[in-house]
Amino acid sequence: MIVDRGRFGGYGGSFVPETLVQPLAELEEAYERLKTDPDFKNIHEELSRTYAGRPTPLYHARSLSKKLGLKMYLKREDLLHGGAHKLNNALGQALTAKMMGKTRLIAETGAGQHGVATAMAGANLGLETMVYMGEVDIRRQEMNVYRMKLMGTEVVPVYTGSRTLKDAINEALRDWTASYEYTHYLLGSIAGPHPYPTMVKDLQSVIGTETRDQILKAEGRLPDSIVACVGGGSNAMGIFSGFFQDEVNLIAVEAGGTGLTCTSKFANHGASLKVGEDGILHGALSKILQDPYGQILESHSLAPGLDYPGVGPELARLVDLGRVRSEVADDEVAMEGFRVLSRLEGIIPALESAHAVGYALQDPESLGDLAIINLSGRGDKDLATVMQREAL
Amino acid sequence: MLITYFCAGDPDPQSVPRMVDLLVRAGADVVELGLPHSDPIADGPAIQAASQRAIEAGMNTDLYFEMISKTETDVPLVFMGYYNMIFRRGVERFAQDCASSGITGLIVPDLPMDEAGPLKEACTRLDLDLIYLVAPNTPPERIESIVEETSGFVYLVARSGVTGARRDLLDETKDLIDRVKTDVPKAVGFGISTPEQAAEVIRSGADAAIVGSACVDLIARGDLVGLERLVGEMKEAIRRKT
Ligand SMILES: Cc1ncc(COP(=O)(O)O)c(C=O)c1O
Repeated sequence: MIVDRGRFGGYGGSFVPETLVQPLAELEEAYERLKTDPDFKNIHEELSRTYAGRPTPLYHARSLSKKLGLKMYLKREDLLHGGAHKLNNALGQALTAKMMGKTRLIAETGAGQHGVATAMAGANLGLETMVYMGEVDIRRQEMNVYRMKLMGTEVVPVYTGSRTLKDAINEALRDWTASYEYTHYLLGSIAGPHPYPTMVKDLQSVIGTETRDQILKAEGRLPDSIVACVGGGSNAMGIFSGFFQDEVNLIAVEAGGTGLTCTSKFANHGASLKVGEDGILHGALSKILQDPYGQILESHSLAPGLDYPGVGPELARLVDLGRVRSEVADDEVAMEGFRVLSRLEGIIPALESAHAVGYALQDPESLGDLAIINLSGRGDKDLATVMQREAL
Repeated sequence: MLITYFCAGDPDPQSVPRMVDLLVRAGADVVELGLPHSDPIADGPAIQAASQRAIEAGMNTDLYFEMISKTETDVPLVFMGYYNMIFRRGVERFAQDCASSGITGLIVPDLPMDEAGPLKEACTRLDLDLIYLVAPNTPPERIESIVEETSGFVYLVARSGVTGARRDLLDETKDLIDRVKTDVPKAVGFGISTPEQAAEVIRSGADAAIVGSACVDLIARGDLVGLERLVGEMKEAIRRKT
């Protein structure tokens, strides 16, 4: 994909207040320089291996395969330190920040997984860390809030707007316009202004690189399909990026919520790729959920990490080009994925990842004979949500 | 000069012509009318809250232009709002609507010069000013291109951070006024809330002070008498430069 300063076809760009133009330019410059710097690479490689636990396994899920009638592998990002793929990005950015001389990290979080990853990276590298989190998400992800606090991170509740991920990003951007001199904004997905979509994809591409080697070693061939859930799109882009040149179906599964409908202020889903329209949110032009005037809708998903009315610009482009297929799984389908994977494999997936599993259960015929699901995270954080739902 | 901002539609859409009238009567030389957006990333709590109130009161882009068309005044009216609201309507149509409703300039706080191509083109064709911002951390070469490209005036962001009333005026602000060398009028905003600050900005070499959140706060409290007094005092302070 040709990157013209963060352009992906018509998508991407950097629609930010003038105050952030310079910090973003400095970040781009620093990351481009550091990613080939031997010191950075050494420390990053060592931390990824010995602290985060890379490489993660590619697991042949036999019982699930049997149920689906095809050979299914799971890329086990749930086994990464912290319990989700988010640490790949957080470590890389935190190390960049440290080498840029920043002393403080700020981040947004929805599911709390990116917040936890940032808290880990911050604690590990000795950086003061503050995480903005919507008040609704704080309530549904209590355990992750406590984990962040244990690691010395201040969690700031956000009471504006929908009180979820979208508003946490707004708050983090506002903080950064006042604090950029000593603060790095550690954005958690491939959304946001340039250079985030490109930098975060780069940091998550390790998933795809490993998966490619692993499947070739295990099967002697590439898979027919790869399935990943999409909030902002970082775990999906991470694994897809290893296969763009190949004949592999890349399937992006968004949150179908309670149905692909919306009212004047609320969308009952998080399916920006599927039903969103062109617009600007959080500094990038992409597919977003909005009303006819351009007000952003509040999204919905059982999985807080997918509860976002936008999506990464490069993913929007890839869907337009037909290179990535856009699908949805609703709350019920995700719950089915959650239950089935727990029972059949003894793996409790994150509700986000359960959308990818649920999609595979719904439509196994579309996956070919050999497929991989990117299991982006583990489900411990979601137990309260699931217990509550099952009790109803 | 004194430039005042208010969030159009707060407390309700019908109030727009009245608000402009009040601000002009009190001494505003230019009025900025904010089109409320659900996600105002450059704004602090005061304007965020005003935007939410206005949206809930039914403000939208159609009503915005309708109300501005009904507003009679001699002072320039300037659009202030986020780019998605423009993009969604269509850049061309939005600019047309500005021109035909009586708006003379646009400030788009999340549209840096580098992304402004299509809007700039439409504005130039319709003789609308597209007003660019300069921040305290904007490097010298970039300041040069911004003052080259801006039209009407150049908006100097008084300090890093979002909009919102502050007490003090930073050295950062005075330094910025010094560093921006241009014949285009320099207007300073973000954090200016008192007559003293307004006077200080003018003494430091700016051509205009912009007051936003302080007005919005008074409107939020329904204190229109206070609003008229504040604007009057600011205008007077600017005139006397003390
Ligand atoms: C486990 C897990 N998977 C997926 C996501 C969605 O993010 P992305 O689409 O960037 O991978 C999240 C976000 O919090 C998550 O925690």
